[in-house]
Amino acid sequence: MLTTHHTPTPITSRPVVVGAALAAATAALVVLALGMGDYPLSPAEVLSALVGPLVSDSPDFSSTVVLEWRLPRITAAVVFGAALAVAGALFQTLTRNPLGSPDIIGFSTGAYTGVILATVVFGGAFVGTTGGAILGGLGTALLVYLLAYRKGVQGYRLIIVGIGVTAALHAVNSWILIRAETEVAMSAAIWGAGSLSLTSWSDVLPAVGVVLAALPLVLASVRPMRQLELGDDVASSHGVKVEPTRLMILGVGVLLTALVTATAGPIAFVALAAPQIARRLARSTGIPLTHSALTGAFLLLGADMVAQQALAQPIPVGMVTVILGGAYLCFLLVSDGRRER
Amino acid sequence: MAALALISVAVGSRPVPLGAVLEILAGGEAADSDHHAVMGLRVPRTIAAAVVGAALAVAGALMQSLTRNPLAEPGLLGVSAGSAFAVAMAIAVFGITSAAGYIWFALFGALVATVAVALIGGMGTGRIDPIRLVLAGVALSAVLSGIIGALRLSDPQTFNALQVWEAGMLAGRGLEITLTVLPLILLALLVALPLGTSLNTLAMGDELAASLGVSLVRTRVLAILAITVLAGGAAAIAGPIAFIGLMVPHAARWIAGADQRWVLRLSLVFGPVLMIFADVLARLLVWPGEMPVGLVSALVGAPVLVLLIRRRKALRL
Repeated sequence: MLTTHHTPTPITSRPVVVGAALAAATAALVVLALGMGDYPLSPAEVLSALVGPLVSDSPDFSSTVVLEWRLPRITAAVVFGAALAVAGALFQTLTRNPLGSPDIIGFSTGAYTGVILATVVFGGAFVGTTGGAILGGLGTALLVYLLAYRKGVQGYRLIIVGIGVTAALHAVNSWILIRAETEVAMSAAIWGAGSLSLTSWSDVLPAVGVVLAALPLVLASVRPMRQLELGDDVASSHGVKVEPTRLMILGVGVLLTALVTATAGPIAFVALAAPQIARRLARSTGIPLTHSALTGAFLLLGADMVAQQALAQPIPVGMVTVILGGAYLCFLLVSDGRRER
Repeated sequence: MAALALISVAVGSRPVPLGAVLEILAGGEAADSDHHAVMGLRVPRTIAAAVVGAALAVAGALMQSLTRNPLAEPGLLGVSAGSAFAVAMAIAVFGITSAAGYIWFALFGALVATVAVALIGGMGTGRIDPIRLVLAGVALSAVLSGIIGALRLSDPQTFNALQVWEAGMLAGRGLEITLTVLPLILLALLVALPLGTSLNTLAMGDELAASLGVSLVRTRVLAILAITVLAGGAAAIAGPIAFIGLMVPHAARWIAGADQRWVLRLSLVFGPVLMIFADVLARLLVWPGEMPVGLVSALVGAPVLVLLIRRRKALRL
């Protein structure tokens, strides 16, 4: 019998290099995004504005623009993008299907239903909406799982059930919004399409803080998840309790999705695409969590920049990600079909 | 069938407030001008719902039979979305606002979307997997309605003009649009209904059908043309509406069995019934406001989709 239950994968250079490159690209995009807007700044100016307050006591105007106006939004984009990507990676590993991400299966829409209900019932307090999002997300996850369960959960059935549940929840969401008083409905509908238009640190920090607080849970689920990747039988022979582990990973994924949805609304595509792109870049067999997180941060920030600049008026980032995500899904289906031939 | 359609129109109007009064008014002389205005709005709307319902249901029945795919229908497979997108573009980019102008865009969009979804969903596999086809349709619909939404928000001037094409609505769609599209839809229905016999033979397999003297190419081409016109026409009237074309043929098959002739005929009757029902529900659920009817059909139809996917047997048509 083997003495070790878990053989550490040899650290090859490619994942490390790719990871570093992704981190660098994200950092570069952050600097670029900080310089973009009605008051354009060059990358050098952005960097000096970032360190400005450290050097001098009286911050100049560009420091205010960068640190107080733009950095909150960009922080949100990076952290939320990473969180969504990790949630997507967890789900895709769990369902063993590149399409098994929370946005396709409908958890994001369910979380949003929770947010709307919480807003309509309790008003828009942070605790209420976050709780609503988590409950909504978990409830939807459970519903989709139960409806798709039939002697085990098969990937494609899960997805079609998810599409159906999403369509119904989407209708329910609009129903509640139309029924609700205009004022409440407006505040809930603002982020209906997924938007990062948070203005100040006081809006961003609680959300980012809660997401970061979920990090230990993610780290705790990495090891059992890798075991599950080997197949249920192997995992259970390695001493992993398969169903509880699956439920825990599911819970963590829903939690991350719900937290982001509570603040930013349903943002599609990042959870779907980031893990797959990361996997292709790193050329790994499983889905690498760190790379996924970095890719997700890069994607959401990039999408948000497009959303703000591409058209005459800024549009919600969720619309950009829906368009990109749908196109990516088409690509996925085509390449999937090619492989099967 | 005609009697059932008549009843459905009556039922469609009654649950609306003052419905009972209005019904009498509609039968006799409309004395009150106020009520007359309501009837002027409501009757065209019911007619529109009936036409859209019939077109979507028959298109769905044709698609399901032709692709042997129980999940096929214009809404889920993105045909309606493609059509609605083309209309939205016609309005937003080319400034065409008359129904006679954009109906051609609707048909063109429907055709392009049909081909695109078939290519994405069936590419390279030889056989067309129902689930992959649905995913392709959903993806395409998401992209297209996302683009419409983005356009709508970026230029609020076009807000009202584009909203219909994003979610599917019957409110405020006047008689003019319906009447413009109606001849085309009637023509397509006339083409579609006689196809039942050859579709029945096709269901036995291509080779057997060919040996029995059914022209495969002719049947397929006619069916695809009919689907395009029906789905495109419906979308030109009411925007993208999903699930009607999914539910109705299944209900019809449940009653009539596998005989395509009866499935098509029953779809022609059930489609309007369901559509008018959904439209009434759209008005009642948020009374005195109203919901886009496309959302109501999703609310009613999504459980059917879930049910279908759970029943493994239903997947093999």
